[in-house]
Amino acid sequence: MTSGYFTSVDDVSARLAATGYLASPAVATTVFLADRLGKPLLVEGPAGVGKTELAKAVAEVAGATLVRLQCYEGVDESRALYEWNHAKQLLRITAGRDESWDETRTDIFSEEFLLPRPLLTAIRGSDPKVLLIDETDKADVEVEGLLLEVLSDFQVTVPELGTISATRRPFTVLTSNASRELSEALRRRCLFLHIGFPEEELERRIVRLKVPGLDEALAQAVVRVVGALRAMDLRKVPSVAETIDWARTLLALGAGTLDEEVVRDTLGVVLKHQEDVLKAAAKLDLDAV
Amino acid sequence: MTAPAAGVPERLTALVQALRSHGVRIGTGETVDAGLAVEALGLTDREHLREGLAAALLHSEGQRAVFDPVFELYFPRSVGAPQDTRHEPGARRAWRDSDTADLRERLAAALAANDQELLDQLAAEAVDGLGGYGTANGAGGSGGSGGSGPSDRSDGWSSHQTLARLRPETLLARILAGIRAGATVDDEFTDRLQADEIRRRIQAFRERVATEARRRVAERRGTDEIARRAIAPTADRVDFLIAGRAQLDELRRAVQPLARKLATRLASRRRRAARGRIDLRRTLRGSLSTGGVPMRPVLRRRRPARPELVLLCDVSGSVAGFANFTMLLVQALHDQFSKVRVFAFVNRVDEVTDLIGRDAAGPEGLSARILSAAAVTGWHGSSDYGTSLGEFAERYADAVGPRSTVFVLGDARTNMSDPNTGALRDIAARARKVYWLNPERRALWDTGDSAADTYAEIVEMHECRNAQQLSALIARLLPV
Repeated sequence: MTSGYFTSVDDVSARLAATGYLASPAVATTVFLADRLGKPLLVEGPAGVGKTELAKAVAEVAGATLVRLQCYEGVDESRALYEWNHAKQLLRITAGRDESWDETRTDIFSEEFLLPRPLLTAIRGSDPKVLLIDETDKADVEVEGLLLEVLSDFQVTVPELGTISATRRPFTVLTSNASRELSEALRRRCLFLHIGFPEEELERRIVRLKVPGLDEALAQAVVRVVGALRAMDLRKVPSVAETIDWARTLLALGAGTLDEEVVRDTLGVVLKHQEDVLKAAAKLDLDAV
Repeated sequence: MTAPAAGVPERLTALVQALRSHGVRIGTGETVDAGLAVEALGLTDREHLREGLAAALLHSEGQRAVFDPVFELYFPRSVGAPQDTRHEPGARRAWRDSDTADLRERLAAALAANDQELLDQLAAEAVDGLGGYGTANGAGGSGGSGGSGPSDRSDGWSSHQTLARLRPETLLARILAGIRAGATVDDEFTDRLQADEIRRRIQAFRERVATEARRRVAERRGTDEIARRAIAPTADRVDFLIAGRAQLDELRRAVQPLARKLATRLASRRRRAARGRIDLRRTLRGSLSTGGVPMRPVLRRRRPARPELVLLCDVSGSVAGFANFTMLLVQALHDQFSKVRVFAFVNRVDEVTDLIGRDAAGPEGLSARILSAAAVTGWHGSSDYGTSLGEFAERYADAVGPRSTVFVLGDARTNMSDPNTGALRDIAARARKVYWLNPERRALWDTGDSAADTYAEIVEMHECRNAQQLSALIARLLPV
């Protein structure tokens, strides 16, 4: 039943790193377990820490196809699971005027007229797949019920065709920004992983990897300032994505070191609210912004 | 040592039991998963084991604060007293003042270098040397130099005592001076972050000491008992009335995300309330075109009226933490309502809506601001519900109308004065609905000077002891 992409936790870190995803020990361990136990992985954490990236990296490592279901308010069964191609069915009926009803009926409800949506796509077929259910918290509660069935048994029942079960379980990743509390039942079926802000050391390596032109000392300074910003009581604390943006900005500006002027001019890249910028400037002893 | 030589399954179930006793809901299925995780990961790497168990057992990030200390107890880093690396084994000797100085010296170096492993080891040494107390330690630790006897015979270990003797926070200046002296052409800008970084490291060291002390105590008294008693509950389960400063700060930071969550919940309740009711008259009229068969039910359309909210809060010392948190939460939800008005009282009522408004200064000094800027006290400083309710009913009668829902926040302790039930009846008659949220345990209602039951006869009163209960109540009670 297990997907068996990885042999050990260290193997996970090493191979993810090779695709450009530096995983913390927590991430590597949980990915390894999800792979071994064949359970879906529920990833929570602030925006911009690489939740979606994780699924993409795993897909790349495993040489699997990434099937993505983007959730939004109002996503339903026909968007998530499958749908009958009504137009094509009608064409088929008009085309076959002379045949009996029984023939037509068995024919129009065959695979040819089925439009598989992400969840069904991920389950059908024997090639390796990574199923990414993005922003699960945005979907309505009803969709969670649908996910429960799919994620616990990895099978889908189409009344006209019968039950389709997975020959090979997809490696499943659900992400959530916790804007709504997911139901306990769904959480129970998943391994839980919270990706927080990385440790200073790891974040420095991430910055170095993503912005190769940046020199070591500057990368360290950037990460330390971002660390200090995160310790402040801000409306929106900077995430890893912002750290990388900032590093890129500094590189583009050709700044050799961080000084008051550079920080003051570029703080807007890291902080997205004016009140945050003012507060941070005060705390960092910058002169009037 | 005294650590139980139990097998992994026993240890795992004991860990699960301890987590359950702290309110983490773990089913048998998850426990089995945790077992599978242990099997897959092996016991060689403790860090992997910790993350693996957390992934299998926990369901939200908030539970991590409980999980980590419990894990430390059931899967400790080491057993017994720390290995003395500098002296030959077996040569256990009395702790001297010079040892404390030496330890401080090494601690300063480790903090400056941020050497995690060394810090762990130093925490263990500190607890071993400075934290022991009880009969075996001679004069009971007087003289500030710590216990004397072999530490294996100590009655217990105290992190508080260790830290009081070691005083790691006083090392800050020395570490900073050391770093500045050692730096050659350090980046000037990041220097200003140094002090805060060191402070955070010292704070982390204090937690290490607490963890180590808990582990040593657990070896003596049994892991299960310590796991149940000595680990603080998460901030949203702490009683408002006994929450400390740090916990209230943590709650305050949780206001925005909580408000966002509640707003989504309110929106979905509103959506559901908007549809669903069948308009019988229009359905029947529509059915005439289908021969009287009601093919298409017509739903009653609701007029979108945003309800009004009135908050009446007791802000006297004992319940101020509760009132502040609720005010901030309601303020954060203000766009869900057409009007939110907040009143505060101790023994006089005053409107404080502007004080907690969006543009007002940060939430840190809210209670101080209310007490200084609003007239909430009269001749004395103790709360008086009767007078306050009466004054509210009289002066702010226009604030309460048939569209407004009133929340009264307070412990209903009247200091023996007249509860003035008439005023509350007045308010209840005028408002759409009145709820009373009481931060005291239900068992304490109507004991001493509490008039809770008297008030509860007039309005609906709910027990609301911690943030968890409050958010559940707000999601349920707020009007849509």
